[in-house]
Amino acid sequence: MCGIAGLIHRGKSSNVGSELQGMLQALKHRGEDSTGYALYGDTDGKNFIMRFKVGENVGEGSSSVMEDVSVYDERKKIVDQTLSEMGAKIIKEERTLPYSLRYEVDYETKDLLDFSQRIESIPGVEILSMGKSLEVIKDLGNAKMVCDRYSLDKLVGTHAIGHARMATESGVDIKSAHPFWGYPFSDVSVVHNGQLTNYWNNRRVLENKGMRFMSECDSELIAVYIAQKMREGASLEEGMKDSLSGLDGVFTYFVATKDSLGMAKDTMAAKPLVLYESDDLVAMGSEEIAIRSVLPQEIDTYDPFDGEVKVWQI
Amino acid sequence: MANIKTSEKKSKAQSMGMHTEVLTGRTQQKFFNPDEAENFYYFGTYDVDFNKRTDLDVMNMSAPEANKEIDNLMSQGYGTIVIKNPQGKHSLGVGILNKLNLIFEGSLGYFGMGSCDGPIVRINGRVGWSCAENLMAGKVVIEKNAGSCFGAAIRGGDLICKGSVGARTGIDMKGGTIIIGGDAGAFTGFMMQRGRIIILGDVGINLGDSMYDGTIFVGGEIGSYGSDAVDAELTSSDQDWLRRKLKVAEIGEDFDVSKMKKIVAGKKLWNYDNLEPTEKKGAI
Repeated sequence: MCGIAGLIHRGKSSNVGSELQGMLQALKHRGEDSTGYALYGDTDGKNFIMRFKVGENVGEGSSSVMEDVSVYDERKKIVDQTLSEMGAKIIKEERTLPYSLRYEVDYETKDLLDFSQRIESIPGVEILSMGKSLEVIKDLGNAKMVCDRYSLDKLVGTHAIGHARMATESGVDIKSAHPFWGYPFSDVSVVHNGQLTNYWNNRRVLENKGMRFMSECDSELIAVYIAQKMREGASLEEGMKDSLSGLDGVFTYFVATKDSLGMAKDTMAAKPLVLYESDDLVAMGSEEIAIRSVLPQEIDTYDPFDGEVKVWQI
Repeated sequence: MANIKTSEKKSKAQSMGMHTEVLTGRTQQKFFNPDEAENFYYFGTYDVDFNKRTDLDVMNMSAPEANKEIDNLMSQGYGTIVIKNPQGKHSLGVGILNKLNLIFEGSLGYFGMGSCDGPIVRINGRVGWSCAENLMAGKVVIEKNAGSCFGAAIRGGDLICKGSVGARTGIDMKGGTIIIGGDAGAFTGFMMQRGRIIILGDVGINLGDSMYDGTIFVGGEIGSYGSDAVDAELTSSDQDWLRRKLKVAEIGEDFDVSKMKKIVAGKKLWNYDNLEPTEKKGAI
């Protein structure tokens, strides 16, 4: 099943970590194998924030193989060394969990493809997100568990998207959890509810164009597909509209960038989405109860129609 | 199927003119027998007084708790119940097999008013997916928008949404009337078998796809027709019925029904199993 939620404040910042936690927790009955947050925080925009993992969570029903913490330490050392070799300076380092790290990195480049390929060539290492504002945090368990584990409830920002996952197409692990980073684009993330039926065909085409897939989760295709369209010069909205015919299956998905949030719904409208829109806030989710967690008062909401694409700016 | 035979022996129901045929056979149909009326018990029904009114705040209740309390209030004779703070909760007001005035001061989530038979319901808000699924009788009025699968498989009653509705409205419906004041999404009337759908606004792609029978009236633009959905002539009887229905539904009373389109089943999909493969392709 899975549940997705997102919100964007226009013209101001808010406690988006706490707000998204409430929305996703309201959707926990749609799946609590894993939960993920893509939070766009208020930063000075100078340094990249790199969220990455050096191993998997092996508890809570995980399908991953247990590894010794010393293995994680060794991988971290290689990441630090590789960053140094590339001229990237670590400004701040946080190790929330043995397998999950957050670095603030001073790195002068606009092309993250080479950077990401070198970091991810280290076995067992995956970049969850890379951007000046974006932070992707995902782990096993429901929204509250993940929020508490990573202390997300204090995070202030402009917009956020998230996902409560019931694993159906791939394993219960962090690499298959949403959101997916729009590799190799800074600050692009995707969450998806549905199933894509032309995953392997599209994956083969995109891999031949140099794009990378870290999981076998069909939803990852959306992030890579949109990223490829943007590489070819399309705007976010153009890429999303193109996906309506390029992706086969049933889907409702959200894409977020540094300053925008978009939604797309397939032409059969098989997956749910409820939307609230006002001048200063857009909130949407798989069910209205997600929106109610941030807007308890009586509000006007609606279901976007089949084949609809919408994009909002902060 | 039951065999239909004539018989000299008549039951009381037959002598009262309730039915004339006598059915025999393995799947023989049982008719209502007036002699058994006192033994007939309709589970979950109560004598209620519409003038006896109460409020119920469900803010801190789960859906089962709220539904149980509605049942409890009906058992006490309350015929008008106002639900406060529904907060988009799922499955509120389901399984009411009673005459009742039920008013929701707010929005419902999924499966609101499912499997009901008889209540008059007003929802001063929006409803999520599958509102009033399997409605048997009664009237449900939604003041704002509705999600997908609105009125799925209803058998009877009037289901009215003053705003717009999502995809697959009236899917598999077997009777009753669905009235939409705004627009409707894709696959409206998908596999409908009987009943009527009225849409005053536009409707999405694949309208009436694989409909077996029933009628759809559209006031606005049609995205596309589904398999075996065809235009039909809008008669003066249709127009009279539409005017009456829209008036009763408190919606579009001044709407010019003479310009509405009428869509019915082409019935090429009937006897589908008897068609050769190439004929099936033609039918689709």
